[in-house]
Amino acid sequence: MENSPAPSLLEARGISKSFGAVRALQEVDFTLRAGEIHALLGENGAGKSTLIKAITGVFPRDAGVIRISGEEVAPRSAKAALQAGIATVYQEVNLLPNLSVAQNLFLDRQPMRLGIVREAEMRRRAKALLGGFGLDIDVSAPLGSYSVAVQHVTAIARAVDLSARVLILDEPTASLDRHEVEILFDIMRQLAGRGIGIVFVSHFLDQVYEISDCITVLRNGRLVGQRETASLPRLELIRMMLGRELAETTSVRAATGEHQAREVCASFEGYGKAGYVAPFNLELRHGEVVGLAGLLGSGRTETARLVFGAERADRGQAKVEGEPVRLLSPRDGVRHGFGYCPEERKTDGIVAELTVRENIVLALQAKRGLHRPLSRREQDEIASRYVKMLDIRPPDPERPVGLLSGGNQQKVLLARWLATSPRLLVLDEPTRGIDVGAHAEIIRLIRELCDDGLALLVISSELDEIVTYSDRVVVLRDRAHVDELTGEAIDISNILAAIAADSAVVAHEGRA
Amino acid sequence: MKGLPPVLITAIVLVLGFALCAVQFPNIASTRVVGNLLTDNAFLGIVATGMTFVIISGGIDLSVGSVIGFTTVFVALAIERWGVPPLVAFVAILVLSAGFGAAMGAVIHVFDLPPFIVTLAGMFLARGASFLLSTESVPITAPIYSTVSDFALRLPGGGRLTAIAIIMLAIVIGGALLLTLTRFGANVYALGGNRVAANLMGVAVGRMTVRIYMLSSLLAGIAGIVFSFYTSAGYSLSAVGVELDTIAAVVIGGTLLTGGQGSVIGTFLGVLIQGLIQTYINFDGTLSSWWTKIATGVLLFAFIALQQALVALARRPVAKSAGAAS
Repeated sequence: MENSPAPSLLEARGISKSFGAVRALQEVDFTLRAGEIHALLGENGAGKSTLIKAITGVFPRDAGVIRISGEEVAPRSAKAALQAGIATVYQEVNLLPNLSVAQNLFLDRQPMRLGIVREAEMRRRAKALLGGFGLDIDVSAPLGSYSVAVQHVTAIARAVDLSARVLILDEPTASLDRHEVEILFDIMRQLAGRGIGIVFVSHFLDQVYEISDCITVLRNGRLVGQRETASLPRLELIRMMLGRELAETTSVRAATGEHQAREVCASFEGYGKAGYVAPFNLELRHGEVVGLAGLLGSGRTETARLVFGAERADRGQAKVEGEPVRLLSPRDGVRHGFGYCPEERKTDGIVAELTVRENIVLALQAKRGLHRPLSRREQDEIASRYVKMLDIRPPDPERPVGLLSGGNQQKVLLARWLATSPRLLVLDEPTRGIDVGAHAEIIRLIRELCDDGLALLVISSELDEIVTYSDRVVVLRDRAHVDELTGEAIDISNILAAIAADSAVVAHEGRA
Repeated sequence: MKGLPPVLITAIVLVLGFALCAVQFPNIASTRVVGNLLTDNAFLGIVATGMTFVIISGGIDLSVGSVIGFTTVFVALAIERWGVPPLVAFVAILVLSAGFGAAMGAVIHVFDLPPFIVTLAGMFLARGASFLLSTESVPITAPIYSTVSDFALRLPGGGRLTAIAIIMLAIVIGGALLLTLTRFGANVYALGGNRVAANLMGVAVGRMTVRIYMLSSLLAGIAGIVFSFYTSAGYSLSAVGVELDTIAAVVIGGTLLTGGQGSVIGTFLGVLIQGLIQTYINFDGTLSSWWTKIATGVLLFAFIALQQALVALARRPVAKSAGAAS
């Protein structure tokens, strides 16, 4: 790609968006040129989907301008965006599986004669349109009877046929196999050749390098940078996505005590599930924090869910305190003294309408079973103990959890599991979406719990954070455990090197 | 193709049922009985056609029985007490019921309320309003009623295809064409498939919702007029619970209660199955007429179980591959 100023097709300047107190996007710029395939990258919560939704008018933006071919547009809905020439194809295809492929392509604009849909003509056109994408299928069959790949191509074909000039593909390859990805990429190149600008959101870096001309990286709602793909080394890209500058953070690591003589709390040998996470060995010891590092989709959450029993392993052996156990469901996990704070606090964790007290006693009550209800006095005692211990604010156990700040919600979740006196606690992104002060406090809590003899398995995208509290760090890539760092070897550059190492050219020079 | 297997099953059930009945009572297999069956169920066939549109679009209309009741009372009073010419009364009640349906559709869309609740309110409103008009049965003696009742096409074998049966058949055929051949019909399926996606694809969801409920109420109004021809009277307690018979006919006809799939022809077959059960019980003479309800209930269970099985089958891993050519 030469650097000649090709005309910019889509230009977004200074896009900002807040949800309540959370600033999801701050002054983000984004430029897409005609005929370009532009990858939009960032970890969970970086603001990718917020940016897309702000551009396509799914929700109103707080500030910023959007221009298409130099003309300012302000779409208020996905429909208006489509009329302005911006089409979005989401991972969950937004078409109608119960209608035929042809109806999906021409819904609301079918060829008509005397008020009657010309079915044969519509099918002929649908066939021709899909033929242009190398797809030869029976267009009168329901869309739902075809694979996700075909549904994606249908959605793209519809968008292009509606004269879209900007095509946004949100994680289009997530549920496609290798062959289907090839087909999709061929189509993307073909469309780019016709001068359509394509925004490609993905967390598969190999695919990004294979298809894109240009990369824009977001992090924590801010623009990190926009680069030509060809001149951006992989390590540099990962650094943009995950970390701050190396020099700043390498020295932050707190001294964590010796950890040789600790007892093993739980161990997993050859543990894994086909198509989910490759078999791994993992030992979790009392009084030790193990960090899981890796990019989005690398298998961190998947590992946590296997360990807790939220997902069933199909191979390997789990042991708790040396005894072989079977973890078939979260109930088994709880029975063996495991606790799990999931990443999606709002949907998987707290029950927003219930009070702090009710949320805290939830797991303990579930563990005891329905027949042995906790008395109100016991509940009050437990709740007020943890509210004090974790410094939950406001210190009112009767307040609905939904009214608390993110950091305090996280503490309530922690309290819920601590009340069950667990031996192992799994925390998935415990500091996500909470402000800086609460951030430090959660980290302090993690260390304290660990000093009390709890075993902790912590997932975080914040590498400097992982480096701060972990005694060991397991690095994941492409749904496999690829490296384990201990002691002095734990620093950001080693983690980055392990993540970036692709195939044989492994850059392990940083390791002791 | 779409929705054919369930319809086929309904058709098979109907043919088998008819054959079984005919074996036991050979007289059932006559144009006379079939003609009567169509006449007796004419009003049900008409409302069920409207209900098919509503259910395919992912909604439900509980008000139709009450609208039929209100219509019979309104028409009877207008003709007999207020001296309105019958045709004018018909037009007035059709405008009224269409407006009533449009209002329910608008409330459902604008306030984003579940159709179940809104049409339940509509059911109470319409039934209450008909009581307000008159609590007793009002006989209709206008000459047009005897003219229409006397009119019938002679069928070979002594059967009679009455005027109201002809109206019903015309509406069923018209409804089937509207659903399968027009943009309106495609949008009805789209709404039942996924409202959000349909909206994103440019379907005017609000306008469609209003029109679908308008159609349902309009057909309920026509069914009410037909019902008044059938009974030659208006009574505020008529057609109580008909909305449930209608829903049963639609579901037995292979329409998915969750929307997105179904057909008017299937609904028509569902109506005929219910009529056939009724006819069988009449022929038997010893069975209580409540057996109709029991048989309908059993069939309904069977069909819902069947639909669940078909849906589960459809959700299995996709068999067809990308099918890409060069």
